[in-house]
Amino acid sequence: MLGFFRRTPRPDTSAGAARDRLQILLAHERSGRTSPEVLPLIQRDILEVIKKHMRISDDSVDITVEPGDDFSTLEINIELPGTSGARRGIPN
Amino acid sequence: MSKIIVVTSGKGGVGKTTSTAAIGAGLAMRGKSTCVIDFDVGLRNLDMIMGCERRVVFDFINVIQGEARLNQALIKDRRLENLSILPASQTRDKDALTKEGVEKVLNELREQFDYIVCDSPAGIERGAQLAMHFADEAIVVTNPEVSSVRDSDRVLGLLSSKTHRAETGQDPIKPHLLLTRYDTARVAKGEMMPLEDVLEILAIPLLGIVPESPAVLRASNVGTPVVLEGKSPAASAYEDAVSRLMGEQIEMRVQRPERPGLLSRLMRREA
Repeated sequence: MLGFFRRTPRPDTSAGAARDRLQILLAHERSGRTSPEVLPLIQRDILEVIKKHMRISDDSVDITVEPGDDFSTLEINIELPGTSGARRGIPN
Repeated sequence: MSKIIVVTSGKGGVGKTTSTAAIGAGLAMRGKSTCVIDFDVGLRNLDMIMGCERRVVFDFINVIQGEARLNQALIKDRRLENLSILPASQTRDKDALTKEGVEKVLNELREQFDYIVCDSPAGIERGAQLAMHFADEAIVVTNPEVSSVRDSDRVLGLLSSKTHRAETGQDPIKPHLLLTRYDTARVAKGEMMPLEDVLEILAIPLLGIVPESPAVLRASNVGTPVVLEGKSPAASAYEDAVSRLMGEQIEMRVQRPERPGLLSRLMRREA
């Protein structure tokens, strides 16, 4: 309970601002330490799994990490071949 | 079993060399045979802080390259008989420091010393990485200031990934936080991050809190490790840190004002 109150940001002091800035920055820097190496591997694995069941091209999986203040979002976009061009909004 | 301890920080000017000298001397005062090594090739300063700059004949690089025997390069401290200094080269190129050479010298030092304290250069380049490479424990010297804390975090990442223990799958290097230049008055005014914040961010065990103290400059002026310069808050803080390094449970002695609780903060806001 006390820990909860202690964590409340204290932007009213410069020391509180220092802590808040560090916590946000280091969360990003620490995740950055692993993600550049891991992302291509995840991308390759996802592609392999989908290829077992569907015919998709090698460049149809796109992975990005969107950093946020409290958490980061791993965004995976997989482009599947449509049954018809019209459904994907592509004019015939 | 001897221990290799690296004193590191990433950022320069936070007190690595001061801390190496103080902790090395502190260990020797406690009866441990200790060697302090300067890894800062080209910018050596541990010899100055230890007050033996005019006694340097051979150095670390000479030993690595086989131009001198280890015992010719080791300088015996004149105040403490079980303390020795291995100075860095002032003239050689940094590339003269090789991983194989460092390992060979450290193994030889392990045979005669209980503690080998490696003073890392600033930065995270070759010299700093070699200083930490064969370490068993690490003292991460940090000031309560944003750039120092950030760099310490980076160094902690390197300790757990780019060192011999990490690469060979042994137990990880044991990290210790040494918070230096701590000013309780400024912390009370909200101008400096309190210990708790730095501890929460870096999340490693605390070895000691060295207060901002005029004794540190006085000691460096005369080339005496701060623990030998007489009674001072900084000297006591280093003595406590040495005890903890040796595994003793010592209460943290730097007094700090209580952080304002929720109630007092609310009252201040209303006032």
